[in-house]
Amino acid sequence: MEYKPIRKVVSGNYAAAYAAKHARVEVVAAYPITPQTSIIEKIAEFIANGEVENLQYVAVESEHSAMAACIGASAAGARAFTATSAQGLALMHEMLHWASGARLPIVMVNVNRAMAPPWSVWDDQTDSLAQRDTGWMQFYAENNQEVYDGVLMSFKVAETVNLPAMVVESAFILSHTYDIVEMIPQELVDEFLPPRKPLYTLTDFDKPFSVGALGTPADYYEFRYKIEKAMEEAREVIRKVGKEFGEMFGRDYSQMIELYRTDDADFVFMGMGSLMGTVKQAVDVLREEGYKVGAAKVRWFRPFPKDELYELAKNVKGIAVLDRNFSFGQEGILFNEAKGVLYNTDAHPIMKNYIVGLGGRDFTVNDVKKIADNMKAIIEKGELDVEVDWYHLKR
Amino acid sequence: MEIPENVKKRLSIPAEEHFYAGHTACQGCGASLGLRYVLKAYGKKTIFAIPACCSTIIAGPWPYSALDANLFHTAFETTGAVISGIEAALKAKGYKVKGEDGIMVVGWAGDGGTADIGLQALSGFLERGHDAVYIMYDNEAYMNTGIQRSGSTPYGAWTTNTPGGKKHFLEKRHKKKVIDIVIAHEIPYAATASIAYPEDFIRKLKKAQKTPGPSFIQLFAPCPTGWRSPTDKSIELARLAVQTAYFPLFEYENGRYKINMPSTKKEPKPIEEFLKLQGRFKYMTKEDIEILQQWVLHEWEKLKKLAEVFG
Repeated sequence: MEYKPIRKVVSGNYAAAYAAKHARVEVVAAYPITPQTSIIEKIAEFIANGEVENLQYVAVESEHSAMAACIGASAAGARAFTATSAQGLALMHEMLHWASGARLPIVMVNVNRAMAPPWSVWDDQTDSLAQRDTGWMQFYAENNQEVYDGVLMSFKVAETVNLPAMVVESAFILSHTYDIVEMIPQELVDEFLPPRKPLYTLTDFDKPFSVGALGTPADYYEFRYKIEKAMEEAREVIRKVGKEFGEMFGRDYSQMIELYRTDDADFVFMGMGSLMGTVKQAVDVLREEGYKVGAAKVRWFRPFPKDELYELAKNVKGIAVLDRNFSFGQEGILFNEAKGVLYNTDAHPIMKNYIVGLGGRDFTVNDVKKIADNMKAIIEKGELDVEVDWYHLKR
Repeated sequence: MEIPENVKKRLSIPAEEHFYAGHTACQGCGASLGLRYVLKAYGKKTIFAIPACCSTIIAGPWPYSALDANLFHTAFETTGAVISGIEAALKAKGYKVKGEDGIMVVGWAGDGGTADIGLQALSGFLERGHDAVYIMYDNEAYMNTGIQRSGSTPYGAWTTNTPGGKKHFLEKRHKKKVIDIVIAHEIPYAATASIAYPEDFIRKLKKAQKTPGPSFIQLFAPCPTGWRSPTDKSIELARLAVQTAYFPLFEYENGRYKINMPSTKKEPKPIEEFLKLQGRFKYMTKEDIEILQQWVLHEWEKLKKLAEVFG
């Protein structure tokens, strides 16, 4: 079948809901939380209007139960989906370990929202990055199209390596902002993402088994190692699935870090999610003004794209890491990770951490330009002014 | 061991065993007996969800399982939510759930995982109306972590975090009536049961199987380790709990109450008969025992009234 996209003007949240529908999810268990709510509302609407078949929607009483119900559903063989945000994700935390430990390919959309207090409903990546060690894969979407594509690809990757995956989008900047999204006709989605074939299910009664039993010191260690092996395998699967997606639908995701005008760049801006849209725009402006700059958008934070980062770092003089998140007592989380990857390599560009846009603080092309000037001066001088720059701080 | 045909006919309890020998329960464990009866009633086409509790251990460490049925070990507070998800998946995939020939989804959780940390998920499960059975095995404390009080621990009972000392004892609250909280959800079927009355328990399990929607059974299951009682007295203790009306057996079915045991025509035995076999009540004075006795009789009168009015 020839691919003719269906163009719809939708919010990031509706893009997520349509992707879940097109992925033919069988169980959605979810609890409302701003700004995630319109995802599950839209899914409920699909059911009410008879647009989906065989989809069970469980309106649970908390996010913790949402993940627990998805885990039960996934263990019973269903393709399970949920969505959450910030405090809800934090409440789920325990169950995120349970999902990866039981090797269940659940896909969840998390709408990045700053953690309280003080209360905030706006964009900030600390909620999802705080889940870094739970054994979940993490895909950061730049725009509504990537939310849609990310959900479809994540299911395929998750079901291949038997690990859960999180698709992350920005509060309001994506979740409630309408944009054109090219959707894929159902038959082609089905071709790309056939029904789930679980390794085991609770419905096999001929050979009874138990999941998640007590693991003694004699065995627990190996279970952990197998999760890491699956993460390593996921890197290749992600590249392969991303390439296949590109061949089928014209949008290539084979690179775990998307490089934008980096070929001859002196230095690059590195970051994740929607702020990289602004950065790319700024790169174009800066290029016209003679700056040799590029953008490196980290698409997958887990597994971390070590090889891609090394290749990039070898060829630039500096990397400005833009973190819309913070790990207290240390530095921005992406900065921390990126530096760690490069330590034992021969690639050591000057790296500086800019903390930007926490709690929804506006981040504009002008900000990127100021950061570019600062980076340029640092590279010329050959030394850092400060390593971690709270860029927006009111002084 | 093969059971002779003539013996089989005399048993109202199914002869088939789906709970293997070699499980790791303590001697005299009431919970393990309960699990055995559940498996006898439902057979191997059962999916269990078991949270952190004694039964996690009883079932055995990886790669062993004492259960001849599928089992999902889950987090402490999630039994109600996990069985909801399993049931939803089965329905999405077109399986028959509950009923005579359907798949039985069973939540099997202790009193801590039900009365305390799991109460929210239990409530969600009940009010959403999933076709599954939730069984709370009630041994009146957190036994797996070494005997700490739960909401279901009775007045006066010694536990490691509510000890009875030279001057005071710490457990001053009466047992939380989880079954009443469950019934407030107006589900089609809820019942209490006891390991001392297996035929009654299995009859109730079968009723729960046949009744569409969520069912709940609160199973009284003594714990000799936590109760400081002789390991050969568990059945006797469970029976005395019923005969003293400390733990009366009753059913709630579509708004109607029916008392099974003890008989409403006879006076219940004094609570002391139940208490004196256990070390956990040994420091209680006559006055303390009287406080517990009065509560038992008060609750018993309440239940009798309910059965009279809504029988």
